[in-house]
Amino acid sequence: MPETLTKFIFGRLTLESLPLHEPIVVGTFIVVALGGLAVLGAITYFRLWTYLWREWFTSVDHKKIGVMYMALGLVMLLRGFSDAIMMRLQQAIAFNGSEGYLNAHHYDQIFTAHGVIMIFFVAMPFVTGLMNFVVPLQIGARDVSFPFLNNFSFWMTVGGAILVMASLFVGEFARTGWLAYPPLSGIGYSPDVGVDYYIWALQVAGVGTTLSGINLICTIIKMRAPGMTMMRMPVFTWTSLCTNVLIVASFPVLTAVLTLLALDRYVGTNFFTNDFGGNPMMYVNLIWIWGHPEVYILILPLFGVFSEVTSTFSGKRLFGYTSMVYATIVITILSYLVWLHHFFTMGSGASVNSFFGITTMIISIPTGAKMFNWLFTMYRGRIRFELPMMWTVAFMLTFVVGGMTGVLLAVPPADFVLHNSLFLIAHFHNVIIGGVLFGLFAGIAYWWPKAFGFKLDPFWGKVSFWCWVVGFWFAFMPLYILGLMGVTRRMRVFDDPSLQIWFVIAAFGAVLIACGIAAFLVQIFVSIRKRAELVDVTGDPWDGRTLEWSTSSPPPAYNFAFTPVIRDNDAWWDMKKAGYRRPLSGFKPIHMPSNTGTGVILAAFSVALGFGLIWYMWWLAALSFVCLIATAIGHTFNYHRDFDIPAAEVAQTEETRTTLLAAQG
Amino acid sequence: MKRSGALLLFPLAVLLSGCDLVVLAPAGDVAVQQRDLLVVSTLLMLLIIVPVMALTVLFAWRYRQSSTTATYAPDWDHSTKLELVIWAAPLLVIICLGALTWLGTHLLDPYRRIDRIEPGQPVTQLHKPLRVQVVALDWKWLFIYPDYGIASVNELAAPVNQPIDFRITSSTVMNSFYIPALAGQIYAMPAMETKLHAVINRPGTYTGFSANYSGAGFSGMRFAFHGFSDQAFDQWVAQIKGAQATLSRDSYLQLERPSENEPVRHFASVDPDLYGAILNLCVERGKMCMNEMMSIDARGGLGLAGVRNTLPLQYDKLARRGAVFGNDPSYVASICTAEEAAAASRAASDADAKYWPARDLSPLRGAGLLGPGTGSRRADAETPSLGLLRFEL
Repeated sequence: MPETLTKFIFGRLTLESLPLHEPIVVGTFIVVALGGLAVLGAITYFRLWTYLWREWFTSVDHKKIGVMYMALGLVMLLRGFSDAIMMRLQQAIAFNGSEGYLNAHHYDQIFTAHGVIMIFFVAMPFVTGLMNFVVPLQIGARDVSFPFLNNFSFWMTVGGAILVMASLFVGEFARTGWLAYPPLSGIGYSPDVGVDYYIWALQVAGVGTTLSGINLICTIIKMRAPGMTMMRMPVFTWTSLCTNVLIVASFPVLTAVLTLLALDRYVGTNFFTNDFGGNPMMYVNLIWIWGHPEVYILILPLFGVFSEVTSTFSGKRLFGYTSMVYATIVITILSYLVWLHHFFTMGSGASVNSFFGITTMIISIPTGAKMFNWLFTMYRGRIRFELPMMWTVAFMLTFVVGGMTGVLLAVPPADFVLHNSLFLIAHFHNVIIGGVLFGLFAGIAYWWPKAFGFKLDPFWGKVSFWCWVVGFWFAFMPLYILGLMGVTRRMRVFDDPSLQIWFVIAAFGAVLIACGIAAFLVQIFVSIRKRAELVDVTGDPWDGRTLEWSTSSPPPAYNFAFTPVIRDNDAWWDMKKAGYRRPLSGFKPIHMPSNTGTGVILAAFSVALGFGLIWYMWWLAALSFVCLIATAIGHTFNYHRDFDIPAAEVAQTEETRTTLLAAQG
Repeated sequence: MKRSGALLLFPLAVLLSGCDLVVLAPAGDVAVQQRDLLVVSTLLMLLIIVPVMALTVLFAWRYRQSSTTATYAPDWDHSTKLELVIWAAPLLVIICLGALTWLGTHLLDPYRRIDRIEPGQPVTQLHKPLRVQVVALDWKWLFIYPDYGIASVNELAAPVNQPIDFRITSSTVMNSFYIPALAGQIYAMPAMETKLHAVINRPGTYTGFSANYSGAGFSGMRFAFHGFSDQAFDQWVAQIKGAQATLSRDSYLQLERPSENEPVRHFASVDPDLYGAILNLCVERGKMCMNEMMSIDARGGLGLAGVRNTLPLQYDKLARRGAVFGNDPSYVASICTAEEAAAASRAASDADAKYWPARDLSPLRGAGLLGPGTGSRRADAETPSLGLLRFEL
């Protein structure tokens, strides 16, 4: 009887599920646990819990949610990068009969987790965080359209991240590669919990991503300040709009395909099985119909960042604004017409392959046009090489190489010899690091003073910059060469000793990147220490051009005391030229949304639901599902949704700023 | 800066000279043509990439803030002529590349039978293709030579300058069949068959492997591919025919079980129906073949009788099949015996072979694609020869 009871309570979770036999995991657990305890202890010691709960966790302020997204991305970057450097080390030593230090069970989880974490829990939170923080400020809005939904979206993303992190210490993660192709990810060949962790982590996080996409589309469409027509929107807002359209159109496909996979695994349907009429290639098609737009979801906002940065630091209007906008729209549409290029080698006919190869190449035309537009924005400008601009130039030089190898892979016969090789790995790291990550660092350096009121320390920023850029070339150029030597991805051991030197160089590059990440953390730490020196009271440290620079840094909760009126593309630049004076009186009460803890609670139930489903603890799944629905319904009876900031408080906040500005001269 | 660049490049050159860039120096004609396309595409794109990189550096330097001589035009943001150039230049490159892609993709379609052994030496009636059936197993490769009735594990051989027709499938999960020196890869997928046509031009021993991750033993899923002279190939065949082991359905089910880093194995004879049974997932006796199931379905199915036509699974490769809430591990029972099904499938493949007459190898002058209903659309049936459109790189 007790056995049945244990099985009822814990499902298939047993003591053996804990990876106690893997010393590396146990070591990691101890470090993470000690670190976590230290953080929790510090929060308790400094009595920060109430502050964090009231001011951050339950906040519906888009700026705070944006910052929390960035914090999540940064934490997960450390995890994802640990996976990367472990892989590099394994591949650098697993030669001449050596098995390396990772067994297949562990190594296969690591490369799967690396991909999943970097895309879903590093790049996505960073990008969403940036859009969340910047977009409402750029369009002169006081918050997003649905502030509570925004908070809820963020916590669902955190929920997914928690499930992925839990898989490290409780059970295991998928051993399938980051897209979990069936039949390998089916119950027959992956009977353990790894793929279930994968499915439910992505489902939980996917809810957040989809809702945040809807939210930002509504915000951009409905909440622009008067006078800001679509063609006067800043380019970053435009690219954010296109990205969110892509999110809303593609994430439901991911949700659907993962649901089908879950049905195959849980209730014995045969969508993607080998027999009973299932077809695994259906999964491959569906997942890439989501997967390819996903790539553009990541890169488009960063194209926006580069546009803002280039224009600001060149002190010049963006060259070819209209063609930039249309290029973005064309990329958005075309990104749905290319998914098959991820599996040319699965035996589609020559005409189908050619079609998808050529549509892929066509995307490089608007992308090329964008590249030229940035070039001609620099032309006849007066370029200040501050950190964001350095990242932008590094991006331009790096990304074109990645773009070129990408078009090369779009030529089907070339893909036949390079598909799944390390050349492919080098290619997409070239665009994702060289494009997305460099863009994020540019964006972080650019908007940090807006978020916190002081600049980032330039010295450590430059250290980080050079480590990253040089490290990137060292880490990935060898992979291009290895790909041309016919070395395929996801290998754990090698028998050709002549390959080893390249893997050693790549590992060296990864170490440099590790230094880059460390320098970035030091940069944040040093900047906080030196915030008095680095302070910016003007709210406009870079001589900016768009609306976010017109308000104080950090902006007040209500962003703008008076909603600005827009007459030109570069609204703030135009206002500065026209001799804009900040209004000092006539303030009115400002209507704002109230904080709520419901998002945190809903996400917590979702995590419990996912955990119950993963471990077959049916009581937990049922209970948390009921609680989830009950809380959601309960929240509709919450009538404390909004409040007014009194005019006196607005006047006081603005007065403080006036004093500060006056003190500066 | 420049000097340090040169210093960095020197060891790179030394390193590169010591390594075997097999993708750029293959030994099979198909891979050679794929390499050529890769090189030409790269050169075409460099037409855009190099100027962009040069201009980036130039503009970044020239318009730096400290420069006193450079013009500053803060409001200059549009030039119709420039816009035309920046859209047209990539467009032109893509048009060229697109044309090249369309031609190259059709010419090098792995399903299309090759029409030349090497440049200047077309395939003639005298070149009888070597047929090889490839099965990706967990985690090793099985090669069946139907023309010789032999099979080998983790070792593949072919005579040089003779076309090879691969038929490829997998027993469990997806793999990718790839011999970089010979030709591009193609996926091996369970219950599906893919095809590859290639030729090896230089004798030697090359590496083949799975290029798609397939589970724990994936790293060891490698095999040697021998390009032999005709004589050496005959010797190799004779050697296999002298081997002890044979490959029947039962011994296949043993072989199929997951194992890692398998040594080379030879089988002196092979059940002629084995490959068809593997492809149709019915090596296990009593299990309905996929083609049988599909042909029943094509005729409208069995109605309710079909729902009940499942039997509990006795043999199990891994821990389990089925699902938590779902049916018990089960399979669809065969209506005819395995032998009948195999005979039917053999008859079907013989019929298939009749559609493969010795091809008229004269190029189609100006003729377009086949009209609808005049034959298979697949290239191997009779692709419009691209003789006229062929480009020699």
